[in-house]
Amino acid sequence: MPEAKASDDGGVQIDLISGQRMENLASMEKIRVILDGVRDGNIVILEEGLSPDEESKLIEVTMTEISPDEFNGIEIETYPRSQTNDASILDRIMGKEETAKLTVIGPANQIETLHKDETLISALVSRK
Amino acid sequence: MGLISGLKSSLQQVRESLFTEEEQKRIGIYGPPNAGKTTLANRIARDWTGDAVGPESHVPHETRRARRKENVEIERNGSSVNIDIVDTPGVTTKVDYEEFLDYEEFDQDEAVRRSREATEGVAEAMHWLREDVDGVIYVLDSTTDPFTQVNTMLIGIIESRDLPVLIFANKIDLDDASIKRIEDAFPQHETVPLSALEGDNMDEVYDKIAEYFG
Repeated sequence: MPEAKASDDGGVQIDLISGQRMENLASMEKIRVILDGVRDGNIVILEEGLSPDEESKLIEVTMTEISPDEFNGIEIETYPRSQTNDASILDRIMGKEETAKLTVIGPANQIETLHKDETLISALVSRK
Repeated sequence: MGLISGLKSSLQQVRESLFTEEEQKRIGIYGPPNAGKTTLANRIARDWTGDAVGPESHVPHETRRARRKENVEIERNGSSVNIDIVDTPGVTTKVDYEEFLDYEEFDQDEAVRRSREATEGVAEAMHWLREDVDGVIYVLDSTTDPFTQVNTMLIGIIESRDLPVLIFANKIDLDDASIKRIEDAFPQHETVPLSALEGDNMDEVYDKIAEYFG
């Protein structure tokens, strides 16, 4: 992984990860990429987000990694799924469920959502 | 003779267990911390079984283990539905032990212990959702903004599993409650207003439970 280390000058590193980069990873590999980045203090932005099942596992794995004074968990924001774009049952069976939605994930103590609606996510990111 | 009666008894047990599994649906009560999930679970359990499910509290993450109440038989319009209700810990993506220190009754060790149990509880709740529930009652505090990431993600997870879901807009007894805000946030699902604490609108709650999970 070419992700850079957290910068020493107090800046905040942002990793924008393309859908292409994530598409061949297994669910746990995706979760590891996200949590490793976030635990280094980075903001991770996924071009295409996670499936509902992967989101569920991300919450579960995040919980197992929380420890006092070290890691408080994550803040995650995505646009809500559009009702008109819901995948059909056939699409789901065929694994074609549409999950593409920009997703922002960061350390809970560094990112605060200021505003969120169906078309805009506004977040405040602070240094560690 | 003994062999035949033993065989009959075994067959009867198998039939009963099959029948029970077919009839008994596990309904998970989900939602963010402090939405009133345990108050609702206790209200339902007390109304139909006479027992409570677990302690209620104003402190977030009071429920740190999923608790199941079996055989809750709800009678509606001359027929009855039999469900297990599973009260789950409030789901979140973050737990900071220092938030427990805001409550006078907890010292540092207790706050750390509670936060650790809370994280285990959230993981457990997610596991139940993926593996072990047949339907979901999603409880929201109608005095707070429902448009949060945890709510959006959980409703998405529930929908992706094709589980029947009812949204309960709780705490309507409070002045700043807004049922419409919840209806607008999740227009694809039916929203039922109630106060689990005061017992307001419970008739409609039980009608809907029977309709969706019966």
